[in-house]
Parts: sequence; structure tokens; C-alpha cells
Amino acid sequence: MMSTGAEAAAPKPMPEKAGAEPSPQAHGRQVHSTLELTGAEMLVEALRREGVEVLFGYPGGAVLPVYDALYQCGIRHILPRHEQGAIHAAEGYARVTGRPGVVLATSGPGATNLVTGLADAMMDSLPLVVFTGQVATAVIGTDAFQEASVLGITMPVTKHSYQVREVAELPQVIKEAFHIATTGRPGPVLIDLPKDISSAKGVFHYDAPVYLPGYQPTVEPNRLQLRKLAAAVATARRPVILAGAGILHARAHTLLRQFAERTRIPVVNTLLGLGGFPGNHELFLGMGGMHGTFAANHALYETDLLINFGARFDDRLTGNLNHFARRAKVAHIDIDPAEIGKNVETDIPVVGDAGRALEVLLQECAGPGHYEDWVSHLLELKRDYPFWYERDDSGLKPQWVVEEICRATHGDAIVVTDVGQHQMWAAQFYLFAEPNRFVTSGGLGTMGFGLPAAIGAQLGDPNRVVAAVLGDGGFQMTVQELAVVAQYQLPIKVIVLNNSALGMVRQWQELFYQGRYSHSLLPLQPDYVKLAEAYAIPGRRVEDEESCAAVLREALAQPGPVLIECRVKPEENVYPMVAPGSGLHEMIGVKP
Amino acid sequence: MNARILNVVVNNRTGVLNRITGLFLKRGFNIQSLTVSPSEVDGQSRMTIVLATGDERIVEQVIKQLSKQIDVLKVQDITDQPIVARELVLIRVHSPISTRAELTSLIEPFRASVIDVGRDSVTIEATGKPEKIDALLALLRPYGIKELARTGLTSMTRDSETVQEIARLAKSNALWV
Ligand SMILES: Cc1ncc(C[n+]2csc(CCOP(=O)(O)OP(=O)(O)O)c2C)c(N)n1
Ligand SMILES: [Mg+2]
Repeated sequence: MMSTGAEAAAPKPMPEKAGAEPSPQAHGRQVHSTLELTGAEMLVEALRREGVEVLFGYPGGAVLPVYDALYQCGIRHILPRHEQGAIHAAEGYARVTGRPGVVLATSGPGATNLVTGLADAMMDSLPLVVFTGQVATAVIGTDAFQEASVLGITMPVTKHSYQVREVAELPQVIKEAFHIATTGRPGPVLIDLPKDISSAKGVFHYDAPVYLPGYQPTVEPNRLQLRKLAAAVATARRPVILAGAGILHARAHTLLRQFAERTRIPVVNTLLGLGGFPGNHELFLGMGGMHGTFAANHALYETDLLINFGARFDDRLTGNLNHFARRAKVAHIDIDPAEIGKNVETDIPVVGDAGRALEVLLQECAGPGHYEDWVSHLLELKRDYPFWYERDDSGLKPQWVVEEICRATHGDAIVVTDVGQHQMWAAQFYLFAEPNRFVTSGGLGTMGFGLPAAIGAQLGDPNRVVAAVLGDGGFQMTVQELAVVAQYQLPIKVIVLNNSALGMVRQWQELFYQGRYSHSLLPLQPDYVKLAEAYAIPGRRVEDEESCAAVLREALAQPGPVLIECRVKPEENVYPMVAPGSGLHEMIGVKP
Repeated sequence: MNARILNVVVNNRTGVLNRITGLFLKRGFNIQSLTVSPSEVDGQSRMTIVLATGDERIVEQVIKQLSKQIDVLKVQDITDQPIVARELVLIRVHSPISTRAELTSLIEPFRASVIDVGRDSVTIEATGKPEKIDALLALLRPYGIKELARTGLTSMTRDSETVQEIARLAKSNALWV
């Protein structure tokens, strides 16, 4: 787009470079809407308008113009040590704050290093806006240096994606990307930005409304359907609520509690839904699914009215579908119509925001129905069959460590996990009373997620204790991000549950492959204490309960980061368990 | 019929076709045919997707997943609606001079035409509903089909006035094509 001479002569909006301190007024100042900016400057200005506080990025050739515009621009930039670290950190940030995580990487290898994080965010519905550099438009398609077909590679793992071909369209593309990432069912949106576009100049417009006729998420639920649901509550004998991450995305935890208390229907959480209902609530049955509580799974199996708020009936939750909620009328409230009826046939489909649906339901449901016996039966099961483990003196138990972390942090920390046994123990033994305190990779189950996600979580909520509970396997996948913890002095308490094994794999081999531990043991381990110290992070090693309790409290009392290696008993397994192929009623390892 | 016909209107943007075929790959849906062409609106394309399944649940998922795409403006299952649906076929048939006349008269009722003639083959063009094309192919097969190209189905719903007219004609037992 051409500009008039008058526009071109207007003063530059960007702060002076050349080593000068950025002027305080420059921050948050809005650029006059007809100024000419380079694509890179547009990007920075658009981030300002979107209120972005922190950007997770890694430089390279194709994004040099963008990095030049970022220089002293006032937006906080976090430099991970691997692009995967950047995107998982953005996910942790998004999970904790509910705001979009913003990522920037260079073309080719920078972009391909983001793929796992994109897939993870897509699965767990996390809002991300991801910028990737691209080779100049003139050489796209010629196998130019560091060219990769990023759009092609990432299409199945993004909610939407763009490749910008004209600098004039960049502001609107960014505006749309933020809109798409954060509305409806959130997800990652990618913008591929060729290098010549970020250097080209154009007029910056950011005031046009987003107009996407093909994207109109249904927020307002259908009242008639909700009346049907209310009527079903009134006649149900064995109702149960299943609450997924949709409750957290909709910020509907208070409404959910009111609805459960009003109707006295007990609540089961999915793994990703933990914290959406108070973990210490009388009506809470615990997490359902493969490693869920007996009470929760029993409820899901026996129920005659299953009310699902924002869970997608993932197979790790349902177990064998032929046995799942077989006698139940199923109501499913979801912002994404494609989730309804995908895995489980639904009798009362409700497309819309979980919070809006709960508001209507609170008007429609006057009080509890006739299922007091069912509720007390479930609460008895909850009391009699809690999560458990053998308390003996055979070694430090990982479950005990998690319980101890919960005690030491008064259940008020943000707990970030990696993937494996320790993740399940964290979900089982830490009690989440508040929403957005549990950060974990649910759908994709991405090892290496934990440490970088903890970085993002701490940046998103700087004043809260962040406990990163990691396995020795997954920790080593993104261990380099300790540098970020040290560089920015993030007070993360990194707790490695070292069982010298890819524990979850080892467990499956023990249970289903007659103990043939094929390549799942990690006999050679780094010295984790020295490893921490190499990054100037204090490291501690504990092997028994007494020192573990003391070191944990000491770590929490000090302001900076700490790494604690807990040498836990390697043979421990996660129980109870619904074996693959089994129904939720066929649990093994339930407390005797 | 087992197959379902979907009429899909999309923004004509880079990557749209990729997103849609990618979706079919990701979800394990099977396509019988897919045609894309510009529509009457500038910047929009029309796709006709014929699904290889009639399974209600899968069809519902396909429609929902397609609708979820930001650049998909409209998805309609038009299988059970009054529609016009056509495909084009090009067939090169083995045909020495001796059989040419026979062949020409054979294809005539199909309103097919010979568009290219070689030393011992002819190329035939025909348009119509898939069943008509199938019938034509069955007739030609004994002669030896050397090459075959079918466009797949393209379609639109009928004008509502035409639909009423057809209903009237159907009542009066008239024939229509
Ligand atoms: C990137 C990736 N590779 C492989 C797996 C498969 N996997 C799931 S759990 C697990 C073991 C994790 O070991 P560790 O991090 O030590 O945790 P533990 O189970 O011992 O607590 C593996 C290999 C995975 N989830 N992610
Ligand atoms: Mg381990």
C-alpha cells in the first residue's frame, strides 16, 4: 500500500535504537493509524495493542528484521534454549493466565522445533499465537536456505494458520489470529512471515473489526435443551457431573460449584479439569479415568444421567466405550459442536459456553432431585477407596513426596508436571482447591513439557509458588531450560522424582509384557545436584522422608529457584488402574 | 445410495484445499471424489465432496469438522435434496476404422460425442449423472478402454421454482431429464 508524502514524513513511532534507554512514554503509546511501518514494526505494535506482556522467542536469519524491531521495544522477551522450550513455556503461561501465549521462531528448523508444542496446544485447547519466519516470498518454493513448508507441516496441529503475502494485510492477520486463538474453543494459530514482508513498509491499521463469516462460535446455549436437562435432573436417580477443562476456559468454576451444591450432584473431574471444582469439596469424587478414583469411575459406570461440562470424552477417561455410561442419558455441554457425539452418543446436546449454560441451569434447577441414596453411596465409596499406597520403610515413596509438597505449599501452589507416573501421582495426591493451578500435558502426553511450562506458569503468575514435579526421563528432554530459570531468577521449585526409569513405560511392561523391561530403564543418570549447580541453581538430593520434608520447606522459604532430586522407590506403580481395553468398572489395584 | 454428497463453500485462500484434505487424512475419512471450482462469488470456491460412506455418525463428524474450519463458509449435505449433479468423463476407446460407425451410434443416446480421433482409437466425451456415466462405460468396456478420466461430481441444489415445476410434472407423469 502506498502512502502520501505527509504520512511518510511523520515521526517514527519506534523508540530510538542505538543503545539508548527506551523512553517510558514509548511503551503503551499507540501509533497513529496512518503511519508507515515495516512489517516487523507492525508486529511489535500489534502485540502492544493486544496487551502482550511477554514473548517467548528464539532468533534466526528469517526473523532478524523482527528482532531488530523488538530491540528495546518494551515487550518482555524470554529466550529459551530450544524453540520447544519457547512454545511449552507459552502453553504454561496460557494455562495459568487464560491469556494467549505468544511465540516467535525463525524459519525452517526454528519452526519445525515448534511442532510438538503446537500439537500439544491443539489437543489441550490452549490459546497461542505463533509467529514463524519464512524465506523471502521471491524464493518460496525453491528449497532456499532454511526453508520448510511450515504451513503444510503444521496444518493438522493448528486451529488456523496464515502465510502473509502482503505487508498491508499483516495487522489484520495478527488481529484475526488473536481473535481465533482466544475465542470459541481456544487453540494455536500460526502466522508464517516471509522475511521481505517484515522489512517492507505499509500503513498500519488496527481498527477494522474482525469479520470472519466462516467462524462464529456459538456462545449462547439453547435454552430448550437446558430445560430438557433440568427436567432430566428432576427425574434422575443416579446423576453425576463430569467437568473438563471447558469449565476452566469458561472461568465457570464458581457457577459449577453453585450448580453442584444446588442440585447436590457429585462431580468428577477429568485430568485437565482438575481445579475446576474444589478438590476438598464434599461433593467431589475425584479424577475419573485410567488412574482415577474408584468412586469417580463407579459413578461414571453406573450413572443414569451424565452431565458433561466441557470434557471431550477422551479414551483415557472413558476406558472401553462399550462399558462407558451404558445406562445413562448423556448431556454434553461444549463450545465445540464437533466434540458432541464424537465418541459418546449424546441425548441432550448443548453447544455453547459452559458458564452461560450453568447460569441458565441455575435458573432452571430449583434444588436436588431424588437421588440422596446414590449420593451417599458414592460418598461412602470415596471415603472407603481413596487413592492409596503402601506406607512402609522400603524407600522414599513418590506418592508421599507429592503429598508432602501439597502439605508444604498448603495446597496453594501451581503444580506443573511432565508426563509419566509422576504426572499421575501429582494429579492423584495434590489437592487442587482453586482453578488454573495444575499445568500438565493431557491430550498429547508430551514428555519434556514440564520444565518449560513451569517457566511460563511462573512468568504468568510471578507471586505464586510454582512446583515443577518432573520425571527423570522427561526432565532430561528439555533440561537445557534450567538456563532460563537461572537467567531470569525464576523461583521455581524443580522437584525431580528420580526412579531411574521411564517409569510409566516400565509399569506397562511389568503389567502387560511379563516384566520384559525393554529399554525403559535409565541406569546412567546425571548428577542432578551438580547439573543444577552448573546452571548456578542450588541443588539438593533427598532419599528419605525426613530430609525430603526438611529440604522442601527450606526450598520454599528461600526466594530463588531450587532443584531437588528425590531418589524414589523405582518399583512403585500407579494405581488404581483401568487396563487398556477394560471398562471403568474393571479397576485393578483398588485399595483393599 | 450409500455415498453422501456435500456441497461446501470456502474462502478461496492459500491452503484451504490442504486443510480440507488434511482433515480427511487426520480423521481417517474417505473421499470418493472431490471437485473444486470458483463459485459465483468472487473469492469463494465451491467444493463437491462425495463421501465414501453413508454411516450417519461419520457423516455428522465430517460436516462438523469441515464447519469448524475458519475458511469454510457453508457445508450442506445435499444428498437428499433436489439437486443437479453432473460429472464429465473422457474415454479413449480402442476403435479400428471398422468399429467406428457402430461406436458412434452406440454413444449417441448418451449425448456423448467423439472429440478426438486417432488411427485405432477415438476419444469420447460425456456429461451426466454418475449412473449414466457408469452405464456408458459398461457399454464401451468390451471395445477396450485405453484411458479414462472422470472429473468427479459437481453439484448444486435446484432452484425452488424448478423443484415445484418438477413436482408438478412428476405428478402428471411426465418424463424429465
Ligand atoms: C516425547 C515422548 N516420548 C515418549 C513418550 C512415552 N512415555 C510416556 S511416559 C514415559 C516415561 C516417562 O519417564 P519419566 O519422565 O522418568 O517419568 P516417570 O514415568 O518415571 O515418572 C514415556 C517414555 C512420551 N509420552 N513423550
Ligand atoms: Mg522416571
